[in-house]
Parts: sequence; structure tokens; C-alpha cells
Amino acid sequence: MNGTTGMISMALLAAGLLTSSMPAVAASEADFKAAFAAAEAAEKEAGGLRNQWTTTESALAAAKKAAAVGDFDSATASAKEAEALARASVFQATSEKERWRDLEIH
Amino acid sequence: MASTIRVRAISNGELTEVQTLIQHPMDSGLVKDAQGAVIPAHFIQRLTFEHGDRKVFVADWGPAVSKDPYVKFSFRGANKGDDIKISWVDNKGAADTITAKIQ
Amino acid sequence: MRARGVIQLALLAFLALAALMVAVPPVRAVDAQGPAADAKAFRDYFVSKFPKVKLEDFVNGPYSMNEDMRRQWEEKEQFPPYEFALETGREMFSKPFGNGKTYADCFPNGGIGIRQNYPYFDAKEGKVVTLELALNRCREVNGEAPYSYLKDEMASLTAYMAFTSRGKPFDIKIPDDPRALAAYENGKRYFYTRRGQLNFSCAGCHVQAPGERLRAEILAPALGILNALPIYRSEWSGMGTTSRRFITCNSQTRAVPLEPQSDEYRNLEYYLSYMSNGLPISGPGARP
Repeated sequence: MNGTTGMISMALLAAGLLTSSMPAVAASEADFKAAFAAAEAAEKEAGGLRNQWTTTESALAAAKKAAAVGDFDSATASAKEAEALARASVFQATSEKERWRDLEIH
Repeated sequence: MASTIRVRAISNGELTEVQTLIQHPMDSGLVKDAQGAVIPAHFIQRLTFEHGDRKVFVADWGPAVSKDPYVKFSFRGANKGDDIKISWVDNKGAADTITAKIQ
Repeated sequence: MRARGVIQLALLAFLALAALMVAVPPVRAVDAQGPAADAKAFRDYFVSKFPKVKLEDFVNGPYSMNEDMRRQWEEKEQFPPYEFALETGREMFSKPFGNGKTYADCFPNGGIGIRQNYPYFDAKEGKVVTLELALNRCREVNGEAPYSYLKDEMASLTAYMAFTSRGKPFDIKIPDDPRALAAYENGKRYFYTRRGQLNFSCAGCHVQAPGERLRAEILAPALGILNALPIYRSEWSGMGTTSRRFITCNSQTRAVPLEPQSDEYRNLEYYLSYMSNGLPISGPGARP
């Protein structure tokens, strides 16, 4: 497809992906607690691998802060993001166990 | 208590080059500490270099000058062995001064 | 005719690709060459990448990579910003502890001109001991509270000790002990491992891109990178130790830093120092 229609298609696709991740129903405190527990567990696993990310920590902090004022939508969203970041950091640590050699000077 | 002013002044016969490094926090008063409290402004306001009764370099400083300032400049009319006097006064009224020989 | 030609070409391409895939081993064999071979390869890599840079000059980091920065640095070295910390370090080093002993009592040769031998592998402890660690242990053994590893007093003390070793080449030893070799290998692995959300390894910047810009900074080569520490860093408006640099590097890649003098950092310092064996200590240093 040519440049402009291509870009518009990409933008629509991206927008679609973003909007599809928004919850249709408001999150409850129980939803938040479950999401936060999952995020903390993943971050703990990353900690065991000595490979946590600063952005995971800030997402967890943001989740707690939002929950403290009762904004469970934001809190759950932040907790889910924290879990995704933590899992990514676990993946990074695990794959780097072999992949680090790719960069080694021989 | 060691002086806050380090100075080296070298004459090539015609020009005297002066370098100085001054130990001073130069806090701008715009920075907050870890607890969120503003670190009060504490900076050198006037820096003076004198050769005899001549003020060869005078600086009126404000919060924009960084910590431990370094100054380098050249001037005419001095000879090896002459004295050069450097003094500063800050916004809290503290001061320091040193006299060095031009090499 | 033409169709057969195309098919033959396709087959040839397929066979070539298959041959290539077989030739590259899917699993890397463990590097059995050893640290000495690693160090030679490391040095050769940087020397061939920067043929105009003298070997000893690599210890000057970005200043060996950029003429304009070098000129500014040489001017500043007449009146270096680390001078106050060095003075303080000199005074601190000779001041006795509460019990009357001094730092000189903890170190070989009274602590003078020995910085190039650190870190070393301590056989009794089975771990790598860095200079910063040795200094705090000296304090604790003599009833004094340990200093923060990142700046202030620790930076002043290590500045003085580095200064007494200026010009002496790094002389790190890896004894014939599997634990020492393991510590070295762990340090090496840490150096090349990607970390943080930005997915950078130390090597990503300091092996693949020395002399290039990362935002406004010119990256230093990994060869000789510890030789100038501790440094007065303009970015910090103050002094920082090796510990401080490792920690800030981690957080800059969005990795949660480890504790100062954790095993990983001690091993990393061991590996990097060994890689710079033969290059002169240039600390304390000044950096942008």
C-alpha cells in the first residue's frame, strides 16, 4: 500500500489495540488485589534472578498509590503493566543466560 | 583550616595568566533535598582579583554559577614576583581571601 | 530451459543455506581459552578499532576518543576538580582511628602505591576483595563505622590511594583456584549480559560504541575504563567511586541497581580490572 494509507492503517490498528485493552467493566478492589499479587509475585521472581527493572517498581508504586485513593481502574491497569514488565525482566534474565555470549569479544 | 582558594598565576613577561579553583557549594536556592525541602541559596556574590591597588578582575555572581567554580583569565601590567590577591564574599556574608606570588 | 535454471539456482541456494546452518554450531562450547587469552583478544579489539590511540591513552576514556573534549580536559587538568577530594583523602588517610591505628596498618606498604593490585581474590574468604571493601573492613576491624561506598569519604580515600599509584600498571592476579576463575567468569558474564528495560549490557555501550555519542555523552572504551576512578564527574557535581558508577549505569538502563559491593559488582570489577592489566592507573580522574 502507498505511504499515506499505510500510515493511516497502522494508526488505526494501533488505536484498536490500545482501546481493546481498556476494561469494559470497572475494576473492583478484588480485581486490583489479584492483579497486584500477580505483579508482586513476578517481581519477586525477577528479584531472585537479580534482574528487576526500575519501571516495574514505579508501576507497582503507582498501582499502590491509585488503590489508596480508591481508583481501582488505574490501580489495576498499573498492576497489570507491572506484571508485564516483571515478566519481561524474567524473560530477559533467562534468555541472557545463553545470549550474553553473542556480544563477547573472542 | 585550608583556604578555599587555589590559585596559580604565571607571567610570560607581557601577560599574566591566572587560574583559580574555589571550593564553594554555590547552591542556587532552587534545588530541593531528598526530603523535599529547598536547599537555601548559598553562593559567592563577589569575586575580586587585585594587583596592587588595581582591581584586575571583578565578578558579580549569582545562582547560575556551579559548585566549585573555576576561573581563568589573563591581564597585563604585572611582573614575576608581584603579589596577586583574590577574595570572595558570599550571600551569607562569609568571605575568604588569599595572596599568591606571580610565577 | 530457463525454468530448470531457476530451479537449479534455488536448489543451490537451499543447499548453501543448509550447509551454513550445519556449519554454525547451535550450542556454544564453554570458552576453554582462559582469562589471559580473553585479555589479549579484548586489547586487540580496541587497538584495532582505534589504531591512532596509544595503548596507555585508553585509560582517559572519552578524551582518547574526541579531540575537542581532550583539549578541554587537558586545560582543566592544570586545576583539576578532584583536587579538593584528593587533599581531603590525604588528610583522612594519615589521621589515626580512635584506637590509635591508621589505614596504613591494614595495607601492604602502608597503603601507598598499591591501588593497582586491587581487586584481588581472597583465598580464605573465597571471594573478590576490592579496594573500597578493604577500606571499610579496615575501619570496622578498628572499631570505626563504615563509610558509604558511593562518594564523599570513600571517594576521597580512594582518590588519594589511586594518586599514589598514578602511572603504575594494573596488575590483577587470577590465582590457580577454580573459585577465582568462577568469579572472573561471573564478572565477564555480567559485563556482556543485557539488563534493564532498555536492554543494554555494559558491552553494548563500551565495546560496541566507544567514541560514539549517547545523547550528549561520548562513550568511553571498556579498555582502561576503571583506571581513572574515583572520578569527579561534572554530571554529579562531585566525586564518585567505582561503586557509584556501577550503580548509576544500572539505573540508567532502567535496571534496579544491586547493593554496593555485592558479589556481582565485585566480580565485574575483577573482570574489568584484569582486562586492563598493563594499562596505567590514572586516577583520580575528571569526567563530563
